[in-house]
Amino acid sequence: MDKRTTEREAVSELRDGMTIGIGGWGSRRKPMSIVREILRSSVEDLTVVTYGGPDVGLLCNAGKVKRLVYGFVSLDSIPLEPHFRKARQAGALQAAELDEGMLQWGLLAASHHLPFLPTRAGLGSDVLEINPDIRLVRSPYDDAEELVAMPALELDVAFIHMNRGDVRGNGQYLGPDPYFDDLYCRAAKKRFMSVEKIVPTSAMANEGPLQTRVINRTMVDGVIEAPGGAHFTECPPDYGRDEDFQKAYAATAKDDDAWQEFKRTYLDLETEAEYQEAVRKR
Amino acid sequence: MSEATRAEICAVAVAEAFRGNGEVLASSFGTVPAIGARLAKATFEPDLLMTDGVCTLLEEPLPVSGPAPEPVVEAWMPFRTVFDHLWNGNRHVVMVASQIDRFGNQNFACIGPHAKPKAQLLGMRGAPGNTISHTTSYWVPNQSAKVFVEKVDVVSGVGFDRAARLGPVIARSHDIRRVVSNLAVYDFDTSDRAMRLRSVHPGVTVDEVIAQTGFELVIDGDVPETRLPTAQELSLIREKIDPKGFGEREVPNPD
Repeated sequence: MDKRTTEREAVSELRDGMTIGIGGWGSRRKPMSIVREILRSSVEDLTVVTYGGPDVGLLCNAGKVKRLVYGFVSLDSIPLEPHFRKARQAGALQAAELDEGMLQWGLLAASHHLPFLPTRAGLGSDVLEINPDIRLVRSPYDDAEELVAMPALELDVAFIHMNRGDVRGNGQYLGPDPYFDDLYCRAAKKRFMSVEKIVPTSAMANEGPLQTRVINRTMVDGVIEAPGGAHFTECPPDYGRDEDFQKAYAATAKDDDAWQEFKRTYLDLETEAEYQEAVRKR
Repeated sequence: MSEATRAEICAVAVAEAFRGNGEVLASSFGTVPAIGARLAKATFEPDLLMTDGVCTLLEEPLPVSGPAPEPVVEAWMPFRTVFDHLWNGNRHVVMVASQIDRFGNQNFACIGPHAKPKAQLLGMRGAPGNTISHTTSYWVPNQSAKVFVEKVDVVSGVGFDRAARLGPVIARSHDIRRVVSNLAVYDFDTSDRAMRLRSVHPGVTVDEVIAQTGFELVIDGDVPETRLPTAQELSLIREKIDPKGFGEREVPNPD
């Protein structure tokens, strides 16, 4: 079994109006080489579900996002994602803003094929005003408590980035946190995993403890070898966040000339290899 | 030792918010809250749990500035475990309020209408779930009538009036303990749970506080001054917790 594919093949599965989930968290271990390929494609009107980072800023900037389902969008070392802010302040997208935990619950419900999962998170806040489609449910037990019925966040396609993987789609994270990448995979009809390095299955045991191997091959349809694929987000222990690059990216939100220059140098390229080359030459 | 700075007084007020908490996860956002939580742990609340800001609980929290000791990890706490932990209720978080009203409804999501905000801020983050699950305090580094408002633009953190309408289960876990600003300290120890001026920082008058507040504060009798740091607290802040004085970048000392 060999599930190796490319960013281009993976993104060719997307259709206008689809719902996609993007793994990682903020500016951490994001499948950026796939995001860059989405920017090159003609696909639009996407619903994007994610704990957002520069993936969201770039996709919003390119006008790809119709609806965003999120708890926050942050660059971590830069708390507010400036390109996302710009899009929001222009009223450019539907903002289905949730409590962070509700987002997890929606992915978990979808991954268990449940219509919803109950939670208290959201009660009393304006999350329920912002999301009038989210309903309440009453406990059938004696407490009869009213709870939020967080609806399943079903995804058409999920994209995640791991440190290591094999050709069959087993994946391994070697950093500090698995985030929610397993949930995105189980919540989606089609799943693509980019990895820093494809290794033989037998070699994965040498890379990290058993508990790092959170993605099994039933959760993945396509594996993409993408060294530096999370750049400029962090992907420890392979590399940290490229803070200089991130700062330069953030600064372009306030300066159109700088943005055009950034776009010409890093985004208007044919391939991920050219992007990696442009980053190296900087 | 030189006199306590405003930032140090604020940090002690944040530390005081943790008094009596015992063995709970203490989470803080902002520089002064980070100093305050560490100060509480280093003095009267040694059993507090604190993370490295990423995903491990550390025996000795990392300093806010200056050299860090070799960290000793107590436990692993990735984001999904943070959610499990906070819904379980064992946590006291200090969050920043970009806007807060008299019942402690807080906003840091956006300014202006949510559909097309004037300023997009952090988003809801964990505020809705945090506030109804465990103890919350707020930090306001720049109090003004634009921050202490009659009505917040968007409710991210749930205040007492809204929590009361959610029934007895949430009323048990919902608790806004303290609001600390650069000017004063507030609590909700009133019959209708409206915000009360608890103390003013040395050098600040009650009239100044009223002028920088956009709603009617509860003021009963003579308002005391916020306590000054002890000599031990000052040396902990200056030598161990924040030797580079990052706190003052957040709250400059008044002239």
